[in-house]
Amino acid sequence: MKRFKRILASFLCAGLLLAGSVQPSMATGEDAPAPDTGVTINVYNWGEYIANGTDGSMDVNAEFTRRTGIRVNYTTFDTNESLYSKLAGGGASYDVIIPSDYMISKMAREGMLEELNFDNIPNFQYIDEQFRNPEYDPENKYSVPYTWGVVGIFYNKNYVDAEETKSWRVLWDEKYSGKILMFDNPRDTFGIAQKLLGFSFNSEDTDEWDQAASILKQQKPLVQAYVMDQIFDKIAGGDAWLAPYYAGDAAILVEENEDIGFTIPTEEGTNFFVDAMCIPKGATHKAEAEAYINFLCEPEIAAANMDYVGYSTPETAAKELLPEEVQNNEIYYPPQEILDNSEAFVALSDEMNLYLDSLWAEVKMGGPGETATLIAILVFFLLLYIGIVVYKKHKRKMQAA
Amino acid sequence: MKSKTASYPYLIWMALFIVIPMAMVVFFAFTDQSGAFTLQNISTVGRYSNVFVRSIWLGAIATAISLVLGYPLAYVIAQGTERRQNVMIMLVMLPMWMNFLLRTYAWMTLLEDNGLINNALAALGLGRLHMINTQGAVVLGMIYNYIPYMILPIYSVLTKIDPSIIEAAQDLGADQKRVFLRVVFPMSIPGVISGITMVFVPAVSTFIISKMLGGGSNLLIGDLIDMQFLGSAYNPNLGSAISLVLMVLILICMGIMNQFDDGENEKGGLMI
Repeated sequence: MKRFKRILASFLCAGLLLAGSVQPSMATGEDAPAPDTGVTINVYNWGEYIANGTDGSMDVNAEFTRRTGIRVNYTTFDTNESLYSKLAGGGASYDVIIPSDYMISKMAREGMLEELNFDNIPNFQYIDEQFRNPEYDPENKYSVPYTWGVVGIFYNKNYVDAEETKSWRVLWDEKYSGKILMFDNPRDTFGIAQKLLGFSFNSEDTDEWDQAASILKQQKPLVQAYVMDQIFDKIAGGDAWLAPYYAGDAAILVEENEDIGFTIPTEEGTNFFVDAMCIPKGATHKAEAEAYINFLCEPEIAAANMDYVGYSTPETAAKELLPEEVQNNEIYYPPQEILDNSEAFVALSDEMNLYLDSLWAEVKMGGPGETATLIAILVFFLLLYIGIVVYKKHKRKMQAA
Repeated sequence: MKSKTASYPYLIWMALFIVIPMAMVVFFAFTDQSGAFTLQNISTVGRYSNVFVRSIWLGAIATAISLVLGYPLAYVIAQGTERRQNVMIMLVMLPMWMNFLLRTYAWMTLLEDNGLINNALAALGLGRLHMINTQGAVVLGMIYNYIPYMILPIYSVLTKIDPSIIEAAQDLGADQKRVFLRVVFPMSIPGVISGITMVFVPAVSTFIISKMLGGGSNLLIGDLIDMQFLGSAYNPNLGSAISLVLMVLILICMGIMNQFDDGENEKGGLMI
């Protein structure tokens, strides 16, 4: 999901893109026999989410161009919501997008996705049975899984005992006040509270959401910050000791830093997420997009890709090509009982989403405000303005007289 | 006739990028998701009054401190020789050559509990200070990023003051303090007003500073608007309603500020 390697690097990239000077991921494939008829497909993916040829990895997009002659215009987004607002706002044309589970079900419900033609995606055969017909796409019409993972807890071994992190309760422990980080997005944050209370992530019962909001409000004084990618840096630097995070990126830090541990809470269960490849409605090169999806499902390509990205592949054939220690690492490939005890996000109804957003703002503000206060501010400033104008007129009159 | 033709590109530009977007904000603020007229968005804004209070408060503090720090600096710069003035102004502008995000990100690493400042304090045997994720850090970020907008207009007004006026005041027996209070300061008011507006407006509506230095729990209006567009609900109608209320508030504040400018001074600073 919200993967992150080097925050600085992406800021630099953002800066470069803002300057409008480069498109770093534009795969050209110098020595490739690119046919003149070759079209360009627009791929929209998470940042840092494809092997790009650095650190000795395979340049996946260039390889695709070399094999098919289809050029790839590769751009990135940072949240499902920004992907959604870009597509919903219109004016953007993409051929392949890679949103997460709940966003796929939302977009499918709103008719924003094309049905895939699986005749063009024979490599779908490699996708493991347990990833087919998922909750977010029950008939498997719109999506082909790209990566998956679970949410766990980062902890600093110097201060926190691994035993404690088996339950989400540790994030409510007053001992660690000021050293706890939480996600800065409502679904993930409420999800943790919901699991702790024993509710489903996808509840449509406002009462359950209210209860989750109330324990999040209790937790707020203990929370150092609500952040996303910065969790990585803050945990690595020792500024925070406890934080939820996505397993794929977490494994990288655990390997690099011996003070940091990562546990997947088993007591209440956790969130299991899938990012999957889809084609948005109105894509101009659907067949080429399907060829691209098919290409990414090829076990060697998927393995090379996952080796760089650090998330888990939904293909056993690709997993077997990965290094032994990755295959046996429980952060990458947790045992079946953890998966059985986890739940995926499904899109909420629109009303529930609106309600969730207002609850989330309330949690972050520490309670709802009074309309009267806002009116009072406006009236105060307005009166001040009128007062000054009247006073000045009066003064001018006096001077004139 | 000729001057009229020349202004067409600007008129088109303004229509495209100012008038139409404003009209869209108003349209969205008064409609629901199906496009029907509603007042519900505007009435919902009231629930976020705490955020408005906090934003205005922090923005006002940042503006006041910027003025207190920026005015003397602008004054000192304006006293120097032309060569020195150019160098000093370039130094004031220098940080703005860097990306805004990078500058704010740098403050994050400085203010962190295990950051450079705290490590230095600890090495000197002084206690550690908790700075990041506080309102103070947000105000610091605002001042750091926006103080050039305070210094530049004040400086430009100060340099335009005719030295003969100051000499006249001195000839008439005013001491230094009186010259400043009765002559220089009143004449620099237009610059001060543009400075205040140019710091206050972006400070009130910032969102990235509070996100990075405020730890996500010091929600400002900008964050709230950001949440409506990039949050899980995607509610551009409420987002537009909040923006509209914010615009009205800022408009009133600017109206108040402009009242302090007597209009006697035609050498005005940078007007927005």
